[in-house]
Amino acid sequence: MSWETVIGLEVHCQVNTDTKAFCGCSTVFGAEPNTQTCPVCLGMPGQLPVLNTVAVDKSILTGLAINAHINLESKFDRKNYFYPDLPKGYQITQFTVPIVEGGYIDIPTKDGGEKRLGVTRIHMEEDAGKSMHEGLDAVSHIDLNRSGVPLMEIVSEPDMRSADEAIAYLKQLHQLIRFLGVSGGDMEKGQFRCDANVSVRRKGEPFGTRTEMKNMNSFRFIKQAIEFEVVRQIEIIEDGGEVIQESRLWDSVKSESRSMRSKEEAHDYRYFPEPDLPPLRVSQQEVDAIKAGMPELPGELRKRFEAEYGLSSYDADVLSQTREISVWYESLVAAHPSDPKRCANWLANELLGRLKEAGKDLADSPVSAKRLAGLLDRVGDNTINGKSAKDILDDMMESDDDADTIIEAKGLKQVSDTGAIDTIILEVMAANPDQVAGYRGGKDKLMGFFVGQVMKASRGKANPGMVNQRLAELLKG
Amino acid sequence: MPFSSLSDIQSRLNNGETTAVEIAQLYLDRIAAFNSTLNAFVHLDADHVLAQAAASDAYRKEHGARALEGLPIAVKDIFCTQDGPTRCCSNILEGFEAPYDAHVITKLKEAGAVLVGKTNMDEFAMGSSNETSAFGPCRNPWDTDRIPGGSSGGSAASVAAALTPAALGTDTGGSIRQPAALTGITGLKPTYGRVSRRGIIAFASSLDQAGPMAGNVKDCAMITAAISGHDAGDATSVSDAPAIDWLAACETQDMKGLKIGKPKEYFVDGMDAAVRQSVEAALQKCEELGAEIIDISLPNTEHAIAAYYVIAPSEASANLSRYDSVRFGHRCDNPEDLLDMYTRSRDEGFGSEVKRRILTGAFTLSSGYYDAYYLKAQKVRTLIQQDFIQAFEQVDVIATPTSPIPAFKLGEKTDDPLTMYLSDIFTIAVNLAGLPGLSQPCGFASNLPVGLQWIGPAWREDTVLAAAAAYEGATDWSNQHPAEFNINGGES
Repeated sequence: MSWETVIGLEVHCQVNTDTKAFCGCSTVFGAEPNTQTCPVCLGMPGQLPVLNTVAVDKSILTGLAINAHINLESKFDRKNYFYPDLPKGYQITQFTVPIVEGGYIDIPTKDGGEKRLGVTRIHMEEDAGKSMHEGLDAVSHIDLNRSGVPLMEIVSEPDMRSADEAIAYLKQLHQLIRFLGVSGGDMEKGQFRCDANVSVRRKGEPFGTRTEMKNMNSFRFIKQAIEFEVVRQIEIIEDGGEVIQESRLWDSVKSESRSMRSKEEAHDYRYFPEPDLPPLRVSQQEVDAIKAGMPELPGELRKRFEAEYGLSSYDADVLSQTREISVWYESLVAAHPSDPKRCANWLANELLGRLKEAGKDLADSPVSAKRLAGLLDRVGDNTINGKSAKDILDDMMESDDDADTIIEAKGLKQVSDTGAIDTIILEVMAANPDQVAGYRGGKDKLMGFFVGQVMKASRGKANPGMVNQRLAELLKG
Repeated sequence: MPFSSLSDIQSRLNNGETTAVEIAQLYLDRIAAFNSTLNAFVHLDADHVLAQAAASDAYRKEHGARALEGLPIAVKDIFCTQDGPTRCCSNILEGFEAPYDAHVITKLKEAGAVLVGKTNMDEFAMGSSNETSAFGPCRNPWDTDRIPGGSSGGSAASVAAALTPAALGTDTGGSIRQPAALTGITGLKPTYGRVSRRGIIAFASSLDQAGPMAGNVKDCAMITAAISGHDAGDATSVSDAPAIDWLAACETQDMKGLKIGKPKEYFVDGMDAAVRQSVEAALQKCEELGAEIIDISLPNTEHAIAAYYVIAPSEASANLSRYDSVRFGHRCDNPEDLLDMYTRSRDEGFGSEVKRRILTGAFTLSSGYYDAYYLKAQKVRTLIQQDFIQAFEQVDVIATPTSPIPAFKLGEKTDDPLTMYLSDIFTIAVNLAGLPGLSQPCGFASNLPVGLQWIGPAWREDTVLAAAAAYEGATDWSNQHPAEFNINGGES
């Protein structure tokens, strides 16, 4: 009897706003502890929340991007529990009526098709602060900079049937939220955290008892945790036992999960409507305006790049990873329209690679699309060869000079003059009589040696195509 | 002289007869003389009061007078104030000093008022007698063996004994109106959303509203005019509330054409006979002034107490979770662990009535009971609101007794919370419906003041003030003062 895995995912995604969900404090990551706080997010007596409308708009945008229904009236609730990093003793969240309900995300399947995965809801809520225990003796420290930072909780249907599908869903969602500009999605900074609900059943049977793996922030750990959990549950059932409904914590060091709390120990959060905030009302016109401003989404963009620019699916995928890259790519194509594929190669492989090495984002790129296009123009008209072009790009990363200036200054102009190339070839042949004899005796492989020598003698400037052509001619003798 | 109205003091200040410093000193002297008897003030910094008064005199000289220039006003200990402690009369807020002023405090300061101390109250405004205060009970100036009502008992006693000419209170289920009634003064609870709640320590967020307590209707209007208005920092403060000419409403002298609703549910067996008689007589007086008294029914009134004692504790149980000893307030000695710190700090910091309400609220919100209690109470609340909406299709304003009984003796009801809760039976529905309500004196029962309550439609404080002003002008009840305190402070 074969087993089927059933997975549902809850993603906590930080909404990138300048200020917190219910007060004016900055959301910038990494500040000194407790420097980005005020009486509201510290939960001081008498302080009241005021909703950040940017967070509302971004939640709506996310909902629209997953084809969901936007509730024109949604509600906030209080979720009550005590913890030192939860200053008010309750979290403001949306429990009964979330702002977004009923959307979906399509993931690619192995056979080249697509599978549709349901998204139950997206609700808005506030983050808690951070408790720190490590390295402290008998005390804990609390940093409330994160307290009140806006989150979207994106809850899926239990539609995934494998860890791979779960990861595909998460990657798609992760790309989407960054693409929409609604979240930085930086997993290391906790801006994209995942809880996975996992159960197993024999095919055709009703859902089994699920366990919840809490708070994972790496795709690799999520995959490991789900796979570990599936094996654990199947073993329990096959041994005649029963899976217990509980929350479990993934230990990425030991690569195993352990129980956090069982259903009996589960909190009663005593949800009730937040009396400090009236129902959240948005008009259809506001929703329509947000929809009108929605950027082209990654899937559509990928397809368009393949069709319009003839890109490989790999390149199209890389260039639609973020909205920033796709916009950059299209401005490069606009400046170097003759060869969109060359644009794709140079952006995806050369520039992004160099930026990554320098620890920079595309936004901080020292080379603009216009400057890179200037370089590609010179590759296109054979003024320089590819090797020189890469060296020039290295220079451009360090200076403000355009490609032509560097070519001129360094004398990198490609030699495509037959006479000049023939002169070099003849010198090389004269210096290597044994190899010439060898080649003429049938050692075809020596061709590579001659190309190398000629390129070296030309200090890399010789047009490689012409070198090959003339060598073949002259070596025949 | 001691029982001067705000407008009297204002005109004496305006014509140069006196100064804000002189006025402040006069009331400080009275507080010094009488507070030990009444325990109306739990915090007072006389130097700071005089400094504010001096600053006000200087401002007047330089720029002219603002709306409340130089007028001394006491505030309940529930309002956060930057100057000095804010305790909400609870031990859990031991050592707490707010780094901010409540919005209404800012408004009073901007209007030039001189803020005088913090007044006694039931702990976290949970009580109807001022007996749950961590600072001990406050006493009723009409009979110091009796309670002044609650929870704004200190503010009521302060005004009734002329320790200040006016005070701010808050009203969640009657906490302005009931003590006003029991001490023979006037108190107004504005429409929910009229006055910002920011910086007022929350008891039940959907019910709390701040308002004035003073010697007469016009003084209440002056203060409300100053503290009301939209505050972007309170999402429940209404931005498009209809504007009111507060002072013009108080010029009303008759009741010609006014339709007053008399709800049968507010005149019932079990209430004090003399209270009933006083209110009936007051309604007769209104008829003489030209009003038409119309018998009405508010059928869901009987469920108001039950709904209130689910909704208010539910909200309170969450509102009071922030007092966890982590960031401020009382923390127990040598906690063993986190749970011990929470439970012991809160056990030591909260009084028994507060604990009772937190437990009640936690219960009514808990999984499995939510539908039966909280949800049902919210439905009742809607029905009560509808009762009033229907009534106001028929009448302009509703008149009722404020409290079914006059001030009772200290300790008389402390062992019986349910009887205590019933003392708010006539005020609670007004909070559940979010309506404006005013209590003014209308007679005596066994030498203790009786309050007449006016209830208006939402945002129609002007109707309420007009009716109350006309009644006040035609009677002498607001000029009655407890004899023991009707002497100048220095002479006692």
